[in-house]
Amino acid sequence: MARHIVIIGNGITGITAARFIRKLSSDRITVVSSETDHFYARTALMYIYMGHMRYRETKPYEDYFWSRNKIELVRGYASQIDTEAKAVRIADGNDIAYDALLLATGSQSNKFGWPGQDLRGVQGLYGMQDLALMERNTQGITRGVIVGGGLIGIEMAEMLHTRHIPVTFLVREKSYMEYLLPKEESAQINQEILDHGIDLRLETELKSILGPEGSVEAVETNQDERIRCEFVGLTAGVHPNIDLAKTSGIQTNKGIVVNEFFETNVPNVYAAGDCAEFNADGIGGRRIEQLWYTGRAHGKTVAHTLCGQRTPYRRGIFFNSAKFFTMEYQTYGDVLPQPEAHVQSQVFQRGRKLLRVNSDRESGRVLGLNALGLRLRQDQCEAWIRSGASVQEVLKSLGKKARFDAEFYSNAIYREAAQA
Amino acid sequence: MNHQASLQLTASGSNYSIRQKIGLALIGVGTLTLFVTFLGEGTISPVITLGISLAGFLLGSGILFSRLFHQPPGVNNNGVWFSGVTARGMMGWILGIVLTGFYIILYWAPSNFEQLVRSTDSLSMLIRGEPSNQWFLYGFFYTLAVLVMGARMLIKYRDNRYQILRTISVMFFQLGFAFLIPQLLVLLNQPEFYFSYFWPLKYDYLWPSTFSSLSGPGLGIFLLFWTSVMTVIATPILTYFYGKRWYCSWVCGCGGLAETAGDPFRHLSDKSVKAWKIERWMVHSVLVFVIVTTLMLWGNQWLGGGLLGGMSQVFSQWYGFFIGLIFAGVIGVGFYPIMGSRVWCRFGCPMAAVLGLLQKYFSRFRITTNGGQCISCGNCSTYCEMGIDVRWYAQRGQNIIRASCVGCGMCAAVCPRGVLRLENAPIKARYNGPILIHHDDVSVQLNDTWRESRPLMPSVQEDLPILTDKDL
Repeated sequence: MARHIVIIGNGITGITAARFIRKLSSDRITVVSSETDHFYARTALMYIYMGHMRYRETKPYEDYFWSRNKIELVRGYASQIDTEAKAVRIADGNDIAYDALLLATGSQSNKFGWPGQDLRGVQGLYGMQDLALMERNTQGITRGVIVGGGLIGIEMAEMLHTRHIPVTFLVREKSYMEYLLPKEESAQINQEILDHGIDLRLETELKSILGPEGSVEAVETNQDERIRCEFVGLTAGVHPNIDLAKTSGIQTNKGIVVNEFFETNVPNVYAAGDCAEFNADGIGGRRIEQLWYTGRAHGKTVAHTLCGQRTPYRRGIFFNSAKFFTMEYQTYGDVLPQPEAHVQSQVFQRGRKLLRVNSDRESGRVLGLNALGLRLRQDQCEAWIRSGASVQEVLKSLGKKARFDAEFYSNAIYREAAQA
Repeated sequence: MNHQASLQLTASGSNYSIRQKIGLALIGVGTLTLFVTFLGEGTISPVITLGISLAGFLLGSGILFSRLFHQPPGVNNNGVWFSGVTARGMMGWILGIVLTGFYIILYWAPSNFEQLVRSTDSLSMLIRGEPSNQWFLYGFFYTLAVLVMGARMLIKYRDNRYQILRTISVMFFQLGFAFLIPQLLVLLNQPEFYFSYFWPLKYDYLWPSTFSSLSGPGLGIFLLFWTSVMTVIATPILTYFYGKRWYCSWVCGCGGLAETAGDPFRHLSDKSVKAWKIERWMVHSVLVFVIVTTLMLWGNQWLGGGLLGGMSQVFSQWYGFFIGLIFAGVIGVGFYPIMGSRVWCRFGCPMAAVLGLLQKYFSRFRITTNGGQCISCGNCSTYCEMGIDVRWYAQRGQNIIRASCVGCGMCAAVCPRGVLRLENAPIKARYNGPILIHHDDVSVQLNDTWRESRPLMPSVQEDLPILTDKDL
């Protein structure tokens, strides 16, 4: 008999799970979202604001896709779960009974109790509603201040920049993203930020946001400087959205606590994606994984468990990518900001391009790669790392085997690596 | 949705800088003097007014394009959906009507262009030793558009060597092969011949009438040899090695205009599966039409007019009128600001249809997807001028092999994560893409209940035959 699988959240995790459940079973599937009617790519929010795309272009599937594949969509806010009666309460709507429930509720923007953080014109950027708010908040303003040196922060800075709004970018660290990137990479991105005319303030923290009239008028930094602005973007990271689970008696810590099968402490209730927290190390790269790629992998894996093929999650070889203004970034395997004692880190730089290869000093096996302004082949990089290829071999054949740059691009940096 | 509406109404970007205002003013002067040339009764010499007009357009667009230099290199499509010209706003519709009207007058009432034609007399005398006519005028404007907007491409994509070389190539072929050489042939009393156009795009190049008119003395035999060899031998070979792009986005004049003047409109192409279905029916119907017409003409020739009487003549006239004139010209270019830059190439061009079939089944070309890196953002699909939903493939880790792809490389250029790459590589494993990303990952069994009967329509089931870990 067909079961009813209910998924809360139509982001990449919930939707990937729905698609794979559909591939694997004939169960009834319902996806609940309070954010949008249809799945859209959250990664593309910035492009809507910048005028590269409209909302409709960010939807990876045409609207008929869902009914065609018998995936029911419900627009509503899931306010409570009755785990005894196995039903989800929808605010201003009906209860939805489930046989199995997947929580894929994503993240929320961090706020650290700054004075003035709730003034008009102060906001984070996570979902479609935030984008609409940002559109309103940035009409006719003379300056925006972005707080927080992460990816969302630099994206928000770029967004304002494309609207010709001057931006001051407050970054707590000595160099942009130095907690994740080695110093050469970080320095290059600092330069990229400055090249775009952004007023970058390193080692500067937000002290308070001022707005006696209810709307933001200025910020004060820990350098006791006052910067006039009408908009503040708070981008100091995100945390799992666990409100629903918490009020429904499902075990939570920072996230919704799950095992490697994404099972919570309550039978038939699962959690995956940004909102989940593994109950042991070694399941994912970290206990909480908040990347697009990991969300997709969680969704696919939990779908198997939901369909009777109980499958543990394994992160596999790490990869991630980003774009900082015009600077593309890719990383494979382990590349720490400060190489450990046993790691040899070789870096090649040419103009705006950078290539880093990390290897084990003893064995010479390659451990990880970083690329800025270059494109590398994921399957090749992973194959090298998985098989423990020697660093000499990798350096020699990078240009031949792993290059993914557009045709006719200069291969000078790969030649340089091959000669090293 | 409400917030969507509010996003659409954004008025930002309407604050023009002084530089932009000067550029726009000069283009305004150019437009005005073009009108004077067009309508003037010769009170001012049309050569002077056209000269002023062209100077206005060139200087104005030069100033506007120079703005691109002030931004760091890198793909920049900021505000494309906010501008009325590029987002089907009022200016876009006006531009579409003006362009469409230009073609209608050109084809059906060219005497209205008399003053404009006369203004290009001296240039025409210089290049081909004859007074100008509306076709010379058209070729002149067309080439100018490719060169000016080509310069814009060279600035906009100045950090992308593929785009630079490709743009220089289409500018070169338009100026040399589609404009100067045919006119110089006229000067030398030879047939006006276009070396860069082949049957079935230049449909009459393999018609009996061309053969009889060229088989006389002079260059004729060589031209016949050239057109036959290019059509029958060179086209399949080049397409095997490089895909359709060797022609569509490196050589062809229609493609050249689309890739230069059409670049600001590329995102307006329809990406829906419905549009894809219509496209396949239409473009292949046109191909059948031109093949049948060509065969009938030759059959008729063979039998001395015995095949179906005058039917083949009627066919060829209809083809020339509906496909050659209305489709390729009026709709193909006139609708740039409404349906995107490749309407003709996508829905009508029989050459594109032939190259597409070759590309799909007999070619080393493909767009490779880089493992599981896609973030489904949609830039690739949005900026595909041929309306291919590139993301549909990329987010599944699947290579893109589509008959319609002209290999412009823009999907790869706009991708923010380095996911796409145009490649010529061995045909083996072309459809499968790179090997799996995570070997310890799970695989999926086929469930027959949900198997789809129509493979064209995207559905989750369609993932199944090629489903690998890349599909994550």
